Amino acid sequence: MGLLSSTVSITRYRVEGKLRKPVLETMAECLKEHAIREIEDDVSAKIVGWTSFDKPFNPDFRGSSFVIGTHFVFSLRVDKKSIPSSVVKKHCAMETARRLAETKRPYLSRDEKRVVKEHVISVLSKRIPATPNVYDLIWNYEDSSLWFFSTLKSANEELETLFFKSFQIPIVRLFPYTTADLAMGLSDTQRDILVRLSATLGAKE
Amino acid sequence: MLDVSVSYNRYRFLGYEYLTWLWFFIENGQDEIKKLEQEPVSLQIGNRIVLENRQKDTVESITIKGDDADLEEGILALRKGAVVSELNLWYKLGDQEWRFTVKAESLHMVSLKCPATGSVESQEDVEGAVLEKVYLCEKAVQLTDNLFKQFITLRVSEDWNKRVIPSIKKWISA
Repeated sequence: MGLLSSTVSITRYRVEGKLRKPVLETMAECLKEHAIREIEDDVSAKIVGWTSFDKPFNPDFRGSSFVIGTHFVFSLRVDKKSIPSSVVKKHCAMETARRLAETKRPYLSRDEKRVVKEHVISVLSKRIPATPNVYDLIWNYEDSSLWFFSTLKSANEELETLFFKSFQIPIVRLFPYTTADLAMGLSDTQRDILVRLSATLGAKE
Repeated sequence: MLDVSVSYNRYRFLGYEYLTWLWFFIENGQDEIKKLEQEPVSLQIGNRIVLENRQKDTVESITIKGDDADLEEGILALRKGAVVSELNLWYKLGDQEWRFTVKAESLHMVSLKCPATGSVESQEDVEGAVLEKVYLCEKAVQLTDNLFKQFITLRVSEDWNKRVIPSIKKWISA
């Protein structure tokens, strides 16, 4: 679900740091360095990288193309090749039959079966196109806040990892405790009480 | 700050208490909700509430859905020790309306439907559309932040045990 979809889902983050100055140049460099690359003729099963919000299949981070108003707007793209297990099974059976016929043996050893499977997956990976998934994000640099337009656990984990790798800045997911601790302006005394809280509503677990 | 994964699990109850309190607050605190904005404001329970009742090793889940659903089943579940795990909200500000669901455990805002915006017909429209969408999403985010701030300020005060918990219990058993 993209930012401009009629309904959106948002995971909120707090960005725990600032970029090296000049900010726009640093930002462009980091995005380019970790931009998505194609894996169509590659054996890789998955690749994760940044892409442009308005051109998700042709990333371009030149100039300030990732700036809209006071926000950085770009997308996370995860390309994944998934080969159905039945296809792997079929090609393994074909390759096994071919090897047995060639060597005139009645069966393959366990190691040989493993090699056949690896070979089949590698050959199929080059032939099967990767399925792209694009998740938009908005980084309000001044506010140190980030909205990620997906609540999928796997997509959020990819974002957290790639964000730190790209910008060397950690991001903290805002769930109830972190929201209370970091974003609500509680005093030190209130934060001390927060740490000591325990459940008061509902059945005791 | 505590380790993120430790705090996620250790204080998971905060999200459940927040949504349970929010239901109570919507039912009983409309005057305070009206003070949140200068324009006329309305905040209502939407068409879906999910409750969870955790006892020992079992988790019982109760879902109430439908535009005119009777919430009595939900109150009954609260009486039995359940807490709210998902709450769909309808928020009106002036003549604009937002609909979205808040999840207790993560505070994720899901299926957020903002007031309608102009269609994007060319590349030049994209920038304006993004800014408009961000502005509209921000309204819903601000509302939930204001409500969560009200909740957490109460939660870390003596008022929670002295005043809020007895009021919630009274509401549940009424």
